[in-house]
Amino acid sequence: MAAKYIPLTGAESAAYAMKQINPDVLAAYPITPQTPIVMKFSEYVANGEVDTVSITVESEHSAMSATVGAAAAGARAMTATAANGLALMWEIVYIAASTRLPIVMGIVNRALSGPINIHGDHSDTMGARDAGWIQVYSENNQEVYDNYFMALRIAENEDVLLPVMVCQDGFITSHSVENVMPAPDQVVKEFIGKKKFKGLLTAEKPFTIGPLDLQDYYFEHKKQQHEAMKKVFPVIEAIQKEFAEKFGRKYDVIEEYRTEDADIVIMGMSSVMGTVKEVIDAAREKGIKVGAVKPRFFRPFPGEYLKKILSKFKAVGILDRSDSFGSLPPLFTETAAVFYTSSTKPLVKSYIHGLGGRDTTVKLLEKVVTDLQKLSETGEGNFTSEYLGVRE
Amino acid sequence: MKEIKKSWKNIPIGGNILEAGNSKNYITGTWRTFIPRLDKEKCVNCFQCWMFCPDNSISIVENKMVGFDYDHCKGCGMCVSVCPTKAITMEKEEK
Amino acid sequence: MAILLKDLVNKNVPLNGGHRMCPGCPTPVIVKQILMSTDHPKVAANATGCLEVATTIYPYTAWNIPWIHNAFENAAATIAGIESAFRALIKRGEIAEDRKQTKFIAFGGDGGTYDIGLQSLSGALERGHNFLYVCYDNEGYMNTGIQRSSATPIGANTTTTPVGKVSYGKKEPRKDLISIVAAHHIPYIASAAPHNWMDTMNKAKKAIEVNGPAFMDVISPCVPGWKIRTDEWKGISEAAVKTCFWPLIEIENGEWRLTGESKKIADGKMEKLPVEEFLKSQGRFKHLFKLENKDVIKLIQDDVDKSWNYYKRMAGYND
Ligand SMILES: Cc1ncc(C[n+]2csc(CCOP(=O)(O)OP(=O)(O)O)c2C)c(N)n1
Ligand code: SF4
Ligand code: SF4
Repeated sequence: MAAKYIPLTGAESAAYAMKQINPDVLAAYPITPQTPIVMKFSEYVANGEVDTVSITVESEHSAMSATVGAAAAGARAMTATAANGLALMWEIVYIAASTRLPIVMGIVNRALSGPINIHGDHSDTMGARDAGWIQVYSENNQEVYDNYFMALRIAENEDVLLPVMVCQDGFITSHSVENVMPAPDQVVKEFIGKKKFKGLLTAEKPFTIGPLDLQDYYFEHKKQQHEAMKKVFPVIEAIQKEFAEKFGRKYDVIEEYRTEDADIVIMGMSSVMGTVKEVIDAAREKGIKVGAVKPRFFRPFPGEYLKKILSKFKAVGILDRSDSFGSLPPLFTETAAVFYTSSTKPLVKSYIHGLGGRDTTVKLLEKVVTDLQKLSETGEGNFTSEYLGVRE
Repeated sequence: MKEIKKSWKNIPIGGNILEAGNSKNYITGTWRTFIPRLDKEKCVNCFQCWMFCPDNSISIVENKMVGFDYDHCKGCGMCVSVCPTKAITMEKEEK
Repeated sequence: MAILLKDLVNKNVPLNGGHRMCPGCPTPVIVKQILMSTDHPKVAANATGCLEVATTIYPYTAWNIPWIHNAFENAAATIAGIESAFRALIKRGEIAEDRKQTKFIAFGGDGGTYDIGLQSLSGALERGHNFLYVCYDNEGYMNTGIQRSSATPIGANTTTTPVGKVSYGKKEPRKDLISIVAAHHIPYIASAAPHNWMDTMNKAKKAIEVNGPAFMDVISPCVPGWKIRTDEWKGISEAAVKTCFWPLIEIENGEWRLTGESKKIADGKMEKLPVEEFLKSQGRFKHLFKLENKDVIKLIQDDVDKSWNYYKRMAGYND
């Protein structure tokens, strides 16, 4: 059977992937713009296309709590949420990671109130960056679909055993239709394989999860989490390679776009990178040597990769779709920190863009290209963030 | 029992405790100031003490109350107060 | 089949000694009564609180059964996740033969149940998961140092309702959680008191074996919280029932009835004691016996009588 493209929204792509994963348990609570994932998946349940036990919880706090319970019991457990829902889960988001449960959570990134706003930005997951989860950000619907399978494999890897957030941008991705090429069920089944981890219901002997862990051992358990994160990139690389073989689509930890001879690059995550690529194509027409760099993962932070890649360029514009009020935004600060000990480092400029779903237009990104050209000529940068396109 | 604290490399991940019921290796008997004593003559093996002991410290062997698990008995005196035949008494523990 | 002590003593106790609950804390006894009421395999979830903290101080656990603590307010949601996993894994043939009758039990203190965990409890009850939720009700947040909860009775001296020059302690009556749970129309609900182990265990057996959600609220006199001696809780548990401060209730498929001493009192076969008999040995109510507070005792008696009459009516007795 030849693989065929089908039109799917980002949310449907997520639901489709989840259908093929057919998790043991799904516990989720609706919140815009994640709702179409839950609704679609509920249809699959209602039509018997999956035999997942779906828990229609009364809140996100219970969604994550039940997901933790199910995973701890030994089940493949999934959930999905956005913004305020993620915030309501907060406490248990940390517990999921500390308990080392291989949960995959779909995130449809949305501005975290207030004032309340339902559109896409990364303030929700960026706030959760220290929770101990792996975070993968998807540029488009195909990537959303593909990331779910890779996320599951990464999470369940015996060297890792950490939960993963699979992020896509609210509305821009979740509600836009694109052609997506799903893999045949059999390919997915073989790729994800059978779960190996054991839980309360499947381990041979009874055991205790979630004890009171005081000064004498808590620190050791945190060190284990710290070390587990260090093992993630080699695992990701192997899984991405295997994915390419089985699915025919190749992913890297960092995607580079037209960077071979580039002097300047724009770096950012998720859907904005689609527009960035357009802008780069146009600028290339005009002979500007500009490229793009897209980290697919934010946790663990791909610092070593970025150090290698970015040191080749004169100037880098870093787009953050969230602010860290009172400091500089996360992608920027963490990238800058990587170069602390380097003698060769690019000039950098920080942009905060698209908060609350504000469109990051071609025009705004063209300005970024111009800024970077100037910066690479004058060498005069400063360490502040610009709110890209805000009304003054 | 002095416990040897292990490295992060040698403990199960996630804070899991894999040996069920290993609190039996933790001594709470040192908390006592009074210690229960059994008068076997008076004991009728009604097992009320077993039911109401919060620390699982009544030793039953072959359907007979034979005494106390002094490693874990905290000396609360509940066994004394529930014993219908006054077969258990508390005395100040000499340490 | 009747539950006999001579059989129980030969079985493995689900909660070992070596835990660090206070000397004379009835909560481990309640856990024993609940979990030993049936021989089915069991999995337990525990809310944050004394029971969780003191039974699993790393690297030691007192639990002999699969056990999880997730957080304070989510024991019901956590056990719901486990029970759902069980159904999924049964479908997929991943549960071992000898575990196919596994039962699911959540334990929470009154803080984790009446207050912060009420939403997750209500959700799990409404969704109809097959589990038993047990509230060990020591009428306060004991683990954090004896603060009031909505299960704390009028007049109690707690660290957030301290007795002072212008205060006699907590002002508000207890929340009627049994009725709140009853409004979920689940198949089995009961209150229990650990001094009457037979009543507690019979109820637990029904609650665990019933198909669908079940709930039990078990009074658990707390040594430092109630300011009582370590060998006193059994008597106080008994006084709670005999004064009708803590009626023994059972609601099976919507049918209310009284059990144990409460039934005898309602049937006129046992004397209903004045509430002072419950209050008098507890340090948390000591101040009420001062002359200036005698009205408060009356307030408590009125509250007890009002709810006792309500429960009696629900159980089909006419006033
Ligand atoms: C979200 C959250 N808020 C507060 C706490 C602090 N806390 C831990 S246990 C507890 C009180 C527990 O009271 P209860 O449920 O009655 O159980 P008990 O300690 O009396 O056994 C509190 C307030 C917490 N752990 N988590
Ligand atoms: S004194 Fe208390 S802890 Fe010791 S055996 Fe008696 S009831 Fe148990
Ligand atoms: S504080 Fe109270 S409830 Fe907590 S362990 Fe002590 S006696 Fe038990």
